[in-house]
Amino acid sequence: MPRVAFCDLPSLAAMIPPGASVALPSENSGVAMAATRELVRRAVRHLRVVCVPVGGLQVDIMIGAGLVDTVETSAITLGEHGTAPRFAAALREKQIRVVDATCPAIHAALQAGQKGIPFIPLRGLIGTDVLANRPDWKVIDNPFQPDDPIVVLPALRPDVALFHAPLADREGNVFIGRWRELLTLAHAARQTLITVEEITERDLMAEVDLSPGVIPALYVTSIALARHGAWPLRFGDHYPLDQDAVESYAAAARTEAGFRSWVGGWLSPQPTQALA
Amino acid sequence: MSAPHTPTELLICVLARLLSGCRHVVTGAASPIPGSAALLAREISGGTLHVNVLGSTRNNSFTDGGVELFDLAAQGRIDAFFLGGGQIDGQANINLVGTGRYPDLELRWPGSFGSSYMYFLVPRVILFREEHTPRVMVPKVDFVSAPGVSAPNIYRPGGPYKMVTGLGVFGFDRARARFCLESVHPGHSLEEILDNTGFQFDHDAQVPVTPAPDTQMLNLLRSSIRGKIAEAYPRFGARLAS
Repeated sequence: MPRVAFCDLPSLAAMIPPGASVALPSENSGVAMAATRELVRRAVRHLRVVCVPVGGLQVDIMIGAGLVDTVETSAITLGEHGTAPRFAAALREKQIRVVDATCPAIHAALQAGQKGIPFIPLRGLIGTDVLANRPDWKVIDNPFQPDDPIVVLPALRPDVALFHAPLADREGNVFIGRWRELLTLAHAARQTLITVEEITERDLMAEVDLSPGVIPALYVTSIALARHGAWPLRFGDHYPLDQDAVESYAAAARTEAGFRSWVGGWLSPQPTQALA
Repeated sequence: MSAPHTPTELLICVLARLLSGCRHVVTGAASPIPGSAALLAREISGGTLHVNVLGSTRNNSFTDGGVELFDLAAQGRIDAFFLGGGQIDGQANINLVGTGRYPDLELRWPGSFGSSYMYFLVPRVILFREEHTPRVMVPKVDFVSAPGVSAPNIYRPGGPYKMVTGLGVFGFDRARARFCLESVHPGHSLEEILDNTGFQFDHDAQVPVTPAPDTQMLNLLRSSIRGKIAEAYPRFGARLAS
């Protein structure tokens, strides 16, 4: 009996309740797009999204679909494909609240969560309007050196972490390679939901080459198989960004109607079948 | 003699020259021109320069996740980094968040990324913004993602070193919190820069012309660099090739 639940994508998405805080990785390290499609289908609302540390296509779609109340992030952008259109529109219409952060603050707050300590100091930030608009961040005096003000951030422990990884074994150990922010995230989050490209019969903990890049099953709540699960985004060296798909999103999502139409196509089964 | 080159090639070569003497350079999000410059500087250095391009897997040696960039900066192991801004003012304050009164912004940009931290810690922060117009180069930014200078008791080994735009190259005097125009790119003029800058800056009566890229740089850029940058920035890589 495996200690980690293996399930299908709809069941994985069903583990995220309305109102949860959900931590999501950047497009550099494994975005669970296939699982996001199920979240949109289920219309899981009032989420507090925490971008680790920035968001892109996934978060823009979730905002456009009305799943998000609050987003804590250091930035949201479609990268080479420009502005995140639904994020910008939702802010204009005051449909979401954005809590502006800076990348190292999100990493550091998760590290505090991982360590079980209440707060963590971080350099920089003093004199910025980012800090001025974060009443939850404080400036203290360095207790070890006079006249050295330093910012402290409360620990971050998201309800759920959701991301995509290359490989899991039958015990529920998940290989992430060098994208180690995912390890920190799994340590800090209360539940960790992972989609994977492949499930192997090998024992990842027994392989000395792979085990240093593994999230042990201890931290993993549930795993779903999702081949091409990051599509249309790039997934490391596994597959490149689908330029046409992201370009068509960036163009369509400039309007609400265009967004609805794009999402309609995305929710239909064709795109992944075409890839498989 | 300089060979014919595009404005983008000029900017890459200008940025690459500003990296001379560095041991480790990192480029951040949405930075295809700085990324190309860092890779070019590495080629010219004969491999002595360490370069990490965020968004790349092949030109990126980080093994400790997203936090490693910021830990490296705090350890003093990054010599140069690039930041931009939707608005930049005469004290080198940068705004990556938007225009208007936060949080009810008129125009929202992506966000501050790591600027609120990196600007404090990396000794040679190069501000790079291709668009040099009054809407970018403003008297005062609407939102301070990161300040150009800080009070003396604020821990700040880093800060602005140069600013490169589509029109010229500026130095920055941290003690006086003021830019000084160092060169004007070929085909542009001091008057054009004055007309397009919303803040005061120092300049001589005659400002030198930015040196054009040399043939070696252009050859490297057109041969090995464009393929390398295309891994992280496929659209930009394709544009650079044409």
